[in-house]
Amino acid sequence: MRVHCRLFARYAEVLGTEELALDLPERSRVADAIARVRAALPNGHLLPEHPLVALNRAHVLPSRPLRDGDELAFLPPLAGG
Amino acid sequence: MEHITRAPIDLTRLLTAVAGPGRGGTALFVGSVRRGDEDGPVARIDYHAYDDMLEAEVGRILDEARAQWPGTGIAAQHRLGTVPAGEASIAVAAAAPHRAEAFTACRYVIEQAKQRLPVWKREILDDGTAQWRDNPGDRVASEGDPWH
Repeated sequence: MRVHCRLFARYAEVLGTEELALDLPERSRVADAIARVRAALPNGHLLPEHPLVALNRAHVLPSRPLRDGDELAFLPPLAGG
Repeated sequence: MEHITRAPIDLTRLLTAVAGPGRGGTALFVGSVRRGDEDGPVARIDYHAYDDMLEAEVGRILDEARAQWPGTGIAAQHRLGTVPAGEASIAVAAAAPHRAEAFTACRYVIEQAKQRLPVWKREILDDGTAQWRDNPGDRVASEGDPWH
């Protein structure tokens, strides 16, 4: 399956990109996508092991299963308001 | 009304959006860019966001508040882009039959907004230096979070 990843603010700066596509095995979970990004991207190890994540524009936990076509966002510590 | 603006927040419009003949009490919270900070005088803040999720998350928070305080009119708007010190970056209005529900609903929305909205701010000081700035108490996802 293919998952579309988005990065914001300091995460985008550190990893040098605002989006990327990940090809993952079926039955992958959000945690698998996080591990892949941390291992595969230059500076990926600088991402926290347990970053805040949003799946299809809603907060989720890393245990959430992924589906083909999902949009997975890596959210730096929030600073709204 | 829309939950995101890149222009100054129109407070009159926000108040009009929540007003109603049965609503005798209205609470308004306005959060503004503070000039002072431990690292030096703040000239402005550049607000960045995950726009699509921001719209959706504000909508979810407002729906939760309306479900908890039925009959209450509630609206919120977050400003993005460059906001000079002293100007508003977020505003929440809640109008209810009586003041107690208005204050409580307004407080609920701003507290949830601070915890949940996908917004990031880059502070620019008077000397031109810039840095990402978090809200106090970084958010860490947990199983107990109500929005999972």
